[in-house]
Amino acid sequence: MEIVYQGKTTYVQTAGYGLDPAKPTVCFVHGAGMDHAVWTLFVRHFSRNGYNAIAPDLRGHGRSAGEPLTTIEACAQWLLGLFDALKLGPVAVAGHSMGSLVALQAAADGGERIRALGLLGFGYPMAVGAPLLDAARANDHVAVDMMTIWGHDFGAQIGGHQIPGLSIINVTKRRLEAARPGVIYADLNACHTYAGGAEAAAKIQCPVTLILGDRDRMTPVRGAREFAKSFSRASIEMIPACGHGMMEEKPEQTHKALVKALGV
Amino acid sequence: MSGPRYLGFDTLSLHAGQRPDPATGSRATPIYQTTSFVFDDAARASGLFSVGRAGYVYSRIANPTVSVLEERVAALEGGVGAVATASGMAAIHVAISTLVGAGSHIVSSRALYGGTHNLLAYTLPRFGVETTFVDPRDPQAFARAIRPETKLVYAETVGNPRGEVLDIEAVANIAHAAGVPLVIDATLTTPWLMKPIDHGADIVVHSLTKFIGGHGIAIGGAVVDGGQFDWEGSGRFPQLTDRDMGLNELDFAEDFGPSAYIMRVRLEGLRDFGASLSPTNAFHLLQGLETLPLRMRRHCDNAQQVAEFLGAQPAVEQVTYAGLPNHPDYALAQRLMPKGCGAVFSFVLKGGRAAGRKFIDALQVFSHLANVGDAKSLVIHPASTTHARLDADALARAGVSEGLVRLSIGLEDPQDLLDDLVRALNVSQK
Repeated sequence: MEIVYQGKTTYVQTAGYGLDPAKPTVCFVHGAGMDHAVWTLFVRHFSRNGYNAIAPDLRGHGRSAGEPLTTIEACAQWLLGLFDALKLGPVAVAGHSMGSLVALQAAADGGERIRALGLLGFGYPMAVGAPLLDAARANDHVAVDMMTIWGHDFGAQIGGHQIPGLSIINVTKRRLEAARPGVIYADLNACHTYAGGAEAAAKIQCPVTLILGDRDRMTPVRGAREFAKSFSRASIEMIPACGHGMMEEKPEQTHKALVKALGV
Repeated sequence: MSGPRYLGFDTLSLHAGQRPDPATGSRATPIYQTTSFVFDDAARASGLFSVGRAGYVYSRIANPTVSVLEERVAALEGGVGAVATASGMAAIHVAISTLVGAGSHIVSSRALYGGTHNLLAYTLPRFGVETTFVDPRDPQAFARAIRPETKLVYAETVGNPRGEVLDIEAVANIAHAAGVPLVIDATLTTPWLMKPIDHGADIVVHSLTKFIGGHGIAIGGAVVDGGQFDWEGSGRFPQLTDRDMGLNELDFAEDFGPSAYIMRVRLEGLRDFGASLSPTNAFHLLQGLETLPLRMRRHCDNAQQVAEFLGAQPAVEQVTYAGLPNHPDYALAQRLMPKGCGAVFSFVLKGGRAAGRKFIDALQVFSHLANVGDAKSLVIHPASTTHARLDADALARAGVSEGLVRLSIGLEDPQDLLDDLVRALNVSQK
């Protein structure tokens, strides 16, 4: 559905289901250069099993108008404001990659408004290498290639995935190619410069689940494992033979981890 | 700026879509010869039926062996996904029927495989879908024929049997300016010679029966989605941009983004029309696909030799092969297909129909049959076989004369092919 939020057309995927104040809500936040469609299977599952399920396009992404926000903190405030605009009660939030940082900061800022937190393809700090940042700043297609290839396990180029007939490498490439000029750089730079992770983690009281691919090349698991100790209540769901793009590389394992992490 | 490398074509031909079977370690793709798949529990069954989980339900919609072939073809074409079908014609039908309905209009090249011409000219009009045929060498003719109700532009990468080479970029730009996709049959070129999606085509169809299988033992087809067409921006395709209450409440463009079209081909096209590929045929086609790069090199080398040889024979009026400098599309072919111009072409014998019959009957290495793209060399007389449905005017518009002979050059020793042709040419002129 589309709403006008902060004066701009804002798209929120609900997979055809409206929002019911009586139901618990789960929210999925996409990563850099992406949009809501990476979450379709999960939005469809939760929305048909007793939840309000939403996946917004962050400002300037996908079907949402405007310039992209340039800091993780601003994205987190935008997300919390969106929950208010949609009149949602406590929300379980899952974020992927950049979206995991947004979810982390939103959970710290939102206090009891955040019921549970799922961090997928997470790392902190989320430093981005200079070659990728430079390519993204120049809107060079090389940035798309780097994110496509490094954003998956090597085996993803071979394929053999759980979604019949799709080349997920090429799906990812097309999604990134569809990002408006400047969006990928704004997102990557927001990840690169975000310095509030430790402070945010210390504030979070809700249960936190880190959902990680053991072959993640963008946010290697070693850093995430270490950072998990910063939370008061954290668990790790490790997906074997999986890279950074677990929602499409291993949708079934990701589904099970999300149900466990976000379910009431 | 250089970036990381994607896997190369030869590697993808061998590996894409398949990793060793997790249950058994089988290196070869197993044949999952089953109609249906057991659900772990009721929740998973429900999730699969409501498109909220990933996996297999019923082999008409998806099958693990077939999926390997689909992923491999998609990877080789640079598409976001593919759906394999029971035949090349099934692929063409489902590719088109996903886009059209009663009252729709198609603009098509007139240089088409006879079966495709029949579908567009005779069969689809019974369902209220009309086609305007245009000269593929005149991109503006496509523009002039587009109407408000046009849903797609259709063409072949290289026409059969006259070898017209489509200026894909020019025609794609015209189609896109009108808000319609370019659907292109790339059977004769295969992704090894050219990837139409890289040149602007939106949807690619294949008869896998031909060069991709290569062995002549299995019928199959595929539809590949480039994932770049702007369905929302077009405004002509509510079946892809509105929520469909009859199809799991899906809004394909909204829910699947770049894979909107190919998801509808699978979830509607295979569900409702049912022209799915059998797992065993998918297995056979995969065996061929593994060696596509090796075979296509030899096909093209042999074809070039044979075409040049025929062009020098006094019994031959004309050779129509885009790899020869006298072909009207030679320069375009060199740009689009620098590795070769394929292995299907035609020539006209002196002596017309009678000479043609003598020629075909005298051949011993070439097989006289209705197929192309086999590892073995093939020959046919289109006017009496593949294009027999066309009346005289349509035959002339398709550029098929009575003395026209179509060759599909195989992988034999080239000298044996030349010797066979010399023998038959001599007989044809007696």
